[in-house]
This record gives sequence, C-alpha cells and structure tokens, in this order.
Amino acid sequence: MADEKRKIRIATCSLAGCFGCHTSMLDIDERLFDLLEMVEFDRTPFTDIKHCGPCDIGIVEGGVSNAENAHVLKEFRENCKVLVAIGSCAITGNVPALRNNIDLWDCFQEVYLYDPGTEGKQIPNDPELPLPFDKVYPIYEVVKVDYFLHGCPPPANAIWKFLTDLIQGRQPETGHELLRYD
Amino acid sequence: MMQSPDLPDIEQRIALLCERHGCEPRRLLQILIDVQEIYTFIPPQALTAIARHLPLPRVSVEGVAGFYSFLSLEPAGQYRILFSDNVTDRMLGNEELMRQFCNKLWLEPGKVSEDELVSADFTSCTGMCDQGPAALINGWPVTRLNRERIDLIADLILAKSPVASWPPTLFEVNDNIRRTDRLLDESFEPGSAIKAAVTRGAEAIFTELKLSRLRGRGGAGYKTAEKWITCRNSPAPARYIVCNADEGEPGTFKDRVLLNRLADTVFEGMTVGARLLSSAKGFLYLRGEYRYLLEKLEEILARRREAGLLGSNILGEPGFDFDIEIHLGAGAYICGEESGMIESLEGRRGKPRNRPPYPAQHGYLDQPTVVNNVETFACAAMIAVHGGKWFGETGTWESSGSKILSISGDCHWPGIYEYPFGVSVQKILEDCGAQEPYAVQVGGPSGILVSWQEFERSISFEDLPTAGAFTIFQRGRDILEAVRNYAHFFAHESCGFCTPCRVGTQLQKKIVDKIANGHGTASDLEELKHLGHLMRTLSHCGLGHAAPNPVLDMLQKFPGAYEQKLTSLSFEPAFDLDAALATARRITGRDDPSAHLP
Repeated sequence: MADEKRKIRIATCSLAGCFGCHTSMLDIDERLFDLLEMVEFDRTPFTDIKHCGPCDIGIVEGGVSNAENAHVLKEFRENCKVLVAIGSCAITGNVPALRNNIDLWDCFQEVYLYDPGTEGKQIPNDPELPLPFDKVYPIYEVVKVDYFLHGCPPPANAIWKFLTDLIQGRQPETGHELLRYD
Repeated sequence: MMQSPDLPDIEQRIALLCERHGCEPRRLLQILIDVQEIYTFIPPQALTAIARHLPLPRVSVEGVAGFYSFLSLEPAGQYRILFSDNVTDRMLGNEELMRQFCNKLWLEPGKVSEDELVSADFTSCTGMCDQGPAALINGWPVTRLNRERIDLIADLILAKSPVASWPPTLFEVNDNIRRTDRLLDESFEPGSAIKAAVTRGAEAIFTELKLSRLRGRGGAGYKTAEKWITCRNSPAPARYIVCNADEGEPGTFKDRVLLNRLADTVFEGMTVGARLLSSAKGFLYLRGEYRYLLEKLEEILARRREAGLLGSNILGEPGFDFDIEIHLGAGAYICGEESGMIESLEGRRGKPRNRPPYPAQHGYLDQPTVVNNVETFACAAMIAVHGGKWFGETGTWESSGSKILSISGDCHWPGIYEYPFGVSVQKILEDCGAQEPYAVQVGGPSGILVSWQEFERSISFEDLPTAGAFTIFQRGRDILEAVRNYAHFFAHESCGFCTPCRVGTQLQKKIVDKIANGHGTASDLEELKHLGHLMRTLSHCGLGHAAPNPVLDMLQKFPGAYEQKLTSLSFEPAFDLDAALATARRITGRDDPSAHLP
C-alpha cells in the first residue's frame, strides 16, 4: 500500500444554490465507483464533514448571498489548489441574484413586517443567522476561480468528463457536444 | 411601468404616418422616429398600430424600437436632455453639469421627473468634441455648456418654453476648420464631377480611381476602386450606393463638418458612383445626433434635383436616373458597421451580418451595394474632376491623398485639420497647440492609444490608420479614467448578438472598474489580456474585435496608469465585503463579530 499513489482529494459545497449541481454530480451513476477509485472526499454534502481541509480540487455550487457563504468560499480558496465554479449560480448568481433588483430593506420589511401572514412583526436578528449581502455575487468576484463549468445544472456527462480530465492532469475540455442546450 | 396615457386619436395618426411611408416595413425605423417626434416617446398603442399597418409581428416592431437608444418606450418627459459622455466631455466637466442640472430640476439621472416634464441622462459621444461639453435636447445639439447655460436651460424648461423658441446661440455649432489641404482647399462646382463621368465614360473614371489609389476613409482603408469594381461585376437587377454618415466613433466629427460645408461634393461623389455602377438609388445614413442637419441636406438634394443633378435623365443623359434618400439613425454606434447599417436601412435592428458575402456583392435588399464613408465620396468626386494623378500627388504610396482629422481634448485649437497622409503625430500636436501632450487616442476607442514615446509615428494606413478621431491627453490626465470611459462605451454599444462581445464587453467594464475602484490585482490584468484575446478572435464583427484595444494598449504602454492602483499580486474581491453587509446590519440592528467580515 505504501507505494500506491496518493488519491486526489476533493471538496464540494453549495452556497446560494439549489443542490441541483450536486444532484447532477450524483447522476454519473455507476461511474461514482470509478470516481472513488481515483479520489477521496473532504468536506461535501455527501460526507457531512463541516470544514474543508487541504485539498486538490474544490468544487463550488451557488453564488455568494450571505456572510457564511463568504466564509465557506474563502476557506475553500485557502485549502484547495484548484477551485472550480460549477453551474450558473456560482458563475453568474443566476436565480438567487434575481433579488439584486430589490432593495434589501424593502424586501425585509415586506417579508417580516408587512406580510399579513407573519407573527410578531420583527426582523430576525439572532447572531446565529448569517447576514445577507446587499446583493448576490458570482463567486469570481470574491475569490480567484480557476475553472468555470457552465450549465444549470451542467449535465452529468460534462461533469464526468471535466473531473476525469482534471484528475488525470489534462486541461479540462468539455466542448460543444457536452454543453449545448439547443 | 408607467401608465400609458390616453391618446384618443393615435390610431388615425399612426395610420396616416404609415401611409406617408408607403406602409413599407423597411421604413420602420423612420416611422418610429416620427412617432417619437409627435409623442416624445413611443406609446405601446403605436407599436400595435404600426405592426398592423406594415404588417409585421408586433414583437419585431418592439424589437426595433428597443434597439435604438434614442427611441424611448416609456415617457421620457416633454424635455429630454442627453449629456454627451465622450471622454472629452468628461474632461470638460460634464458630470458636474449633469449634477447641477439635476439638482436644479429635482431630477435623478436616467429617470423622468414626477410631473413628466423632463428627464436627463448620458449618451455616447454626440460629435461636438471640439465645442463641448455638449448635449442633445429633444434631439437638438447644444454646445459649449457651462454653469450659466445649464441655468438658462433649466429656467427655459421650468417656464415650459418650446425648444424651437430657445435662444439660437445655445444651438450654435461651429465648423472650426483650422487647416486645409487638397480636399478642403479646392473649390467645387456642383455638377462638374458628374459632367466628367458622363463625358469621359465609366471606364475612364474607374481608371482614375485606380490611379488615385484612394482607400476608404472610414478607417479600414479598403481600396475604393476595388470595392466599386466588385459591386459592378456582381450581376443583379439593382445596385445601391450608401453613404455612411453614422459617425459614431467617439471623438470623430469631421463628417458633420463635411456635410455642413461640402454636402454637394459628397452627393456628387455618390452620383458619380451611381453612374459607374448603374445604380438608381442611394442612401445617406445620417446619425440621429446630426438630425439637425436634415432640413439643410434635404434642401440641397432638392436644389440638385432642380438643377438636373439628381432624378431622371441626369444632365440630360437618357437613362441616367439616380436619387438619394436620407435615412436617419437613432443612437446606435453599431449601425456604423456596414452590414449593421444595411440591416438598419431595411428597417431592422442594426445587427451586423455574417461577412462574407460582403455588401459589394450582397448588400441592401440582397443586391450589390457600395457602402463608403462621407469623406470617401467627397474624394471620389474630386478625383472625377481633377484626376487620379492629382489626388495621388500627396500622401504616401500606401495612403494617397489627404486625411481630415477631428482634433479634440487637451489643445488650444480643437477642430478640423486636413493633412496629407504621412504626417507625424508630433507635427499635429504642435499645430493644434497641445501643451505637454502625454497620450493621443488615434481613431477613437477602437483605434490606437499612442504614448508620448511614439509621437514620431505617422497618420497613414501603414502606421496609424484612423477614421479621423484624434483625442489628446496632456500630462497629468488619468489614462485609466479615459480607458474606463471607453470600456463603458463598448459595453453600452455592443448589439448583444454574439456572446464574446456581449459578455466580454461587460466583463471588461467590470474589471476596469474594479481596478479604478482600488480593488484590482495582478490576476485581473491577466484576466483582461485573456478576455481581450477571446474578444478579438471570437467576436462576430469589428465592434467586438476592437473593444479590447484601449485596454490592451493601456496595459502595454501605460503601466503607471494602473500599477499604483493594484492592491496585491494574488486576488482581491471586486467589492468591499464588509460594506456589502452594512444594509443588513442596519436592518437587523446587529453589530456582533459574525455581522462583520474581515
């Protein structure tokens, strides 16, 4: 076992996203076994590890919507040699960023103070809750990102091709056939 | 969305209007411009009515109306003021004037006042760089703005005085011709070039054109004779002549002066072209910013028809029929691209076509079409009269003749300067009284940013090709601010058709902003280079190819402009993360450690 090659270590997380990209990752189905031959997982929603340690590859789904997202993202950047933005939310902000046109103040008032369904009429202020940013940001505005894998979500085959290229030390090439939506 | 007002007679008015334009779909942009002149904006009912009359799908009508930035689909006020936002206007303080104007009228830039009286916004360069800061008021140019003029304008608006009765001095536009050469020196007698074409015959004029080595004056420098011959040799039932007066390149204003002074020569050049190519129809595509010249130009066309220089049997020559129609643009830089212009002439969004085939083979209505710059047609007329040898005597071998430059920025005498090709940047700077020049943007944002170390370079197709813009920055000017202005310009003017340009220009703008705001890093510079390469190689048309030029030139030649603004070698967020939490802190009243980010 001693001379067996060290496995590539991968961490993943979902920030302001819907876990759709993670679901698409699982859609590689039986190839998951092949993947586990080559890699081991650090922090991911699959392992339930809470903090990311030193890794080779970090995969981030979702944009940056609140302070906690920023902490997690920075932790990933500090620990991962290669950081990948996966899916439209991480790359552009996408659906969560639709709130960017609404003033945060108006939004909170509407939801917690004016909406007839709310009780107590108080804006939550527990320090346990992460504070939201004024806007949702794509992750490249907060940290340096090495690769972008497009799609909402990117199809499983594209994720598989991307990961195997990266793991085997090739420049990832997904190409038109794997990433077309027309 | 605002409530659209009740307009009881709109149906009849639109019906009449469409009829006046022959209910031709290709006249759609002209119809929309007329609608806006009547209602100050384009009401939704008008879109529906136009769609029914032309007939076109309503979505196409709305698509065209939404494309041109001078057309407004929402009420923009009885008075709409658009401040020209070229870098020269910036240097002359247009932002401060905008603030003053807005404060005085209780306005927010980009929004219409509550009483729907007035709105103020910025627009791309209006071609008044030698007499800025400039603005357009309901489409009419006002020049040399200052605090007093802004006060006066604000008072006139508050008094609801009609723009037509405002003091004419506000609208004074000067030609500012400072240096003349071959083209502007020579007097021109209307009809003389056509006479030469008729008496000497098409072949002889083609020979003169070849002999002159004339190249297109729009910047790209394609050989005019070659373009015309390609057009003539393309078999077709009809051929068209288009004069490109959509002078949108920021910093360029020589076509405005040529049309004001030498319209006869320009029209004559087009007519000579018509004779050579057997074309019966020509267009002058006049940019919306020069709408104020329309009546004068129409008068000249009418006079030429009366004199037998346009219309049927020109100069009594049986079968020599040619007429020119003026087509107005409405604030879209991309329509200066020849195939985008042809789309616009056909009444569509100004989205460039795939080239090849080039317009000389498949242009307007898919027929062979010659599209040339205003100055090129003026040169063609002079060549028909004086011969190709006369023309080629000046300039260099590769770049024959003279070039009219639009000089603005930091100099004593901004204006129009005509030089033989081959003149050095240094010589021009001396002539126009530039003090301590530091950089010159030659050919506008899509051209070349020339540094003080390169002032020996020459204006010519083989060295510094240009459509005419020559914007001077003196020592102490912030080059990064100028480049930022240009990056915003391209992001605003991208037609949105192809991804490399639509997204690339936005990303480029964001990164340049990031650097200017003090968040830039070395990796952002690398990203700009990478992005520039993608835009240059993958964009659909020249706009995307040229959009990275000022940024890449700055990176290469003006490290001092951005280096001291960089924060680190690695990476920094594009914004202040802690500040981005401030709103939420205020709302929740929290100030605990986890309500902050380092």
